[in-house]
Amino acid sequence: MMANSLFEEKLNSGEFVITTEIGPPKGADISEMVQHIDLLKDKVDAINVTDHQSSVMRFPSLGGCLLVKERGGEPILQVTCRDRNRLALQADLLFAYSRGVVNVLCLTGDSVDVGDHKEAKPVFDADSIQLLRIIKTLESGTDTAGNELKGVPKFYAGASVHPEADFIEPQLIKFDKKVSAGAQFFQTQGIFDLASLRRFMQYASQFDVKILAGIIVLSSAGAARYMNRNVPGIIISQDIVDELADVEKGKGLQKGIEIAARFIKSIKEENLCHGVHIMAVGNEGIVPEIIEAANIISVPS
Amino acid sequence: MIVAEQKPLEEIMRMIAPYENVLILGCGTCMTVCNAGGEREVSFLHNALRLAQAKSEDMTHSFTESTLKRQCDPEFLEQLPERTNDVDAVLSLGCGIGVQAVAERLTDLPVLPGVNTSFMGMTKETGIWDERCAACGECRLDDTAGICPITRCTKGILNGPCAGTKNGKCEANKEMDCAWVLIYKRLERLQQLEKIRRYYPLRNFRTIPRPKRITSNTGIEAGTSDG
Repeated sequence: MMANSLFEEKLNSGEFVITTEIGPPKGADISEMVQHIDLLKDKVDAINVTDHQSSVMRFPSLGGCLLVKERGGEPILQVTCRDRNRLALQADLLFAYSRGVVNVLCLTGDSVDVGDHKEAKPVFDADSIQLLRIIKTLESGTDTAGNELKGVPKFYAGASVHPEADFIEPQLIKFDKKVSAGAQFFQTQGIFDLASLRRFMQYASQFDVKILAGIIVLSSAGAARYMNRNVPGIIISQDIVDELADVEKGKGLQKGIEIAARFIKSIKEENLCHGVHIMAVGNEGIVPEIIEAANIISVPS
Repeated sequence: MIVAEQKPLEEIMRMIAPYENVLILGCGTCMTVCNAGGEREVSFLHNALRLAQAKSEDMTHSFTESTLKRQCDPEFLEQLPERTNDVDAVLSLGCGIGVQAVAERLTDLPVLPGVNTSFMGMTKETGIWDERCAACGECRLDDTAGICPITRCTKGILNGPCAGTKNGKCEANKEMDCAWVLIYKRLERLQQLEKIRRYYPLRNFRTIPRPKRITSNTGIEAGTSDG
């Protein structure tokens, strides 16, 4: 079957794939985002653009994806169900497809309460699994009300999974349901313990899907502790926090890069999964350094 | 039952400011049980308003008290007109339904809400009430082991936990149990985990007919505007 996108083609080729993500700006000044896109587009295989990450209002994911496209990169549209009902979700997907944005990461979205607009109405008309089904429905030629579409889109749909969840069973059931709903690739939540990734991959290998391990770049022990307390779904193990705490002040990020590079190298050498997704949370500029440190040769398309 | 909290005294005082004679009207059912607007709270509020008035040396208001068995029931509302002679406004300590039922009855009198109606819930222990039902009109408690994800999951999602759950708690509130962790564990105990493995499609959020009306036990019909 022909791939829908360069990203899908890369994953199908068996090459170790590297993706990263960009958080759009709070405001209309997109110059820094453009800089990051230009810096990263040839160093990674695809760039996710986050969708009001942590429920903090920002420039939209779709706008960022169009920029990635314009600058010659391969975008992955992150779509959450937090802010859009089924009409808006479908409309955005049609728009994305019409402009060549076909890689879509389907997420439920963080709770409104963790963000900066706590009094906003949480939508959640759909969840991540229903969103994957919405994509299937559009691809079958109708909208979710059963009306025929003029012009049928085709996506490369993915989802997230949490191999290090402290209560894994329901997360694995959800993973199964996402696969059944049409997810073809997964970008995992941050991995801080290779043993749990190995366990998860043993389970996941029965499914014909591509898995990219999430690598979060930590900038200090304090940041790690803060994320443990405040960022949904993040569980950073104590030995990583200790490793960061042991370095002298101001060297935290360097240590974080080293840790991230180490994880990437191990994952690649063990051939644990199909690639990695590097999340530099606000430090997008250091991603090339991590890739270099992990000694991975990334072939630009 | 319906659970409410009395409004702050300052807000109540602002609402009643234009009216001289105010009837404080309690409700003998849910509002009595949740300590928000029964006979006892009517009496407390009456005293508090009188005291506040004395303090401010502004003695323009006079208050009367009364409590109906149920403000939302026509049978008990019949007693209203005789109690509202010489009254300029009614401060209802009924839930939002009570306030509206009283207003529908008293066409020429302002009816003011004295409580904020919060949710439908149950008594957890003395003085603590927990929200349990969102009245979605499509009960799925059979699929979820008697634990409501619409009410108890902040996202109200149907296909299992999001990835934000940690230590069995919700990402939005670390004090609050994750509904889906509870559901999973109870389904496991009941040996019904196949229910969480199923796909649950998009919910029906259709708002028409609204307001809804139930006639006897025959179903829900469109509301009419006779109120």
